[in-house]
Amino acid sequence: MSENGHDHKHEEPRHDRSRWAARIRAVEELLVEKGVFTKEEVKAQVEYMEARTYENGARLVARAWVDPAFKKRLLSDTRAAAAELGIDASGPTEFVTVENTDEVHNVIVCTLCSCYPRAILGRPPDWYKSFAYRSRVVVEPREVLREFGLELPEDKPIAVHDSSADLRYLVLPQRPEGTEGMVEDELAALVTRDSLIGTDVPRTARETSRV
Amino acid sequence: MISPAAGARFAPGDDVQVRDVEKEGHVRTPDYTKGKPGWIAEILGTFPNPESLANGGAGLPEKPLYKVGFRQTDLWGGYEGSPEDILFVDIYEHWLQPREHGEEEKQP
Repeated sequence: MSENGHDHKHEEPRHDRSRWAARIRAVEELLVEKGVFTKEEVKAQVEYMEARTYENGARLVARAWVDPAFKKRLLSDTRAAAAELGIDASGPTEFVTVENTDEVHNVIVCTLCSCYPRAILGRPPDWYKSFAYRSRVVVEPREVLREFGLELPEDKPIAVHDSSADLRYLVLPQRPEGTEGMVEDELAALVTRDSLIGTDVPRTARETSRV
Repeated sequence: MISPAAGARFAPGDDVQVRDVEKEGHVRTPDYTKGKPGWIAEILGTFPNPESLANGGAGLPEKPLYKVGFRQTDLWGGYEGSPEDILFVDIYEHWLQPREHGEEEKQP
């Protein structure tokens, strides 16, 4: 046992964040000076990313729960389905939605870096990029999910998707029981950011209070 | 929409093995899959070769990309989860070889 009580090393705290920020600013200025891109383009890209949040994913999921034909389109062509809801996911990367069912629970990771469906969900949470999550969820997914507060039955198969190439994955979680009377907006409010990655599942208020 | 890959060497259901070779530079094949047996779950289309793109190249010729499935118990010794647990990784064709006993192909 190591000093943190289990058998893996934790990342060092980031004391040098400002040093890296300064370095990035220096590289950015150099690239602008060399004419690779303009300051306006950098600003536009920041705004593009800031405008995207996991709520886009929540809207896709809620629509899929109430509209089986939409769900079919979401699973076969995520980008086109997103466009139907006014979410622009155009660009060089492909997007794939994987469906949680009674037979399988899906979890997304990028072990090589931090690939994430940013054009739809915005920036990934910090933990998604952490060495601990990336290295552990492929080896011991059930244990990692338990640490997130998600206890899956021992016999429920887990499919981990390591998205390290040209495709970006998001999870279509299962609709919680007891939500039959809810309208689309109410359903979307149940969809958490982490449930789109697979480290959580949507819960009703009653289930949440039980946890 | 994922476009079909022209000239793909493998088909869904084929048994494959990830080539167990070292290659310098920007390689998108995770080390933990090297040498491991899996199967073609899906053909994902063709994409510019990232190993070329990362060096300022054009990524040509484009490479077929596959969703490869692995049984977790084949990836990790002493895996403690369900034997049904699987892991999918997207792997470019030149990192895959047919699963045959004792046969090693050349470096990609």
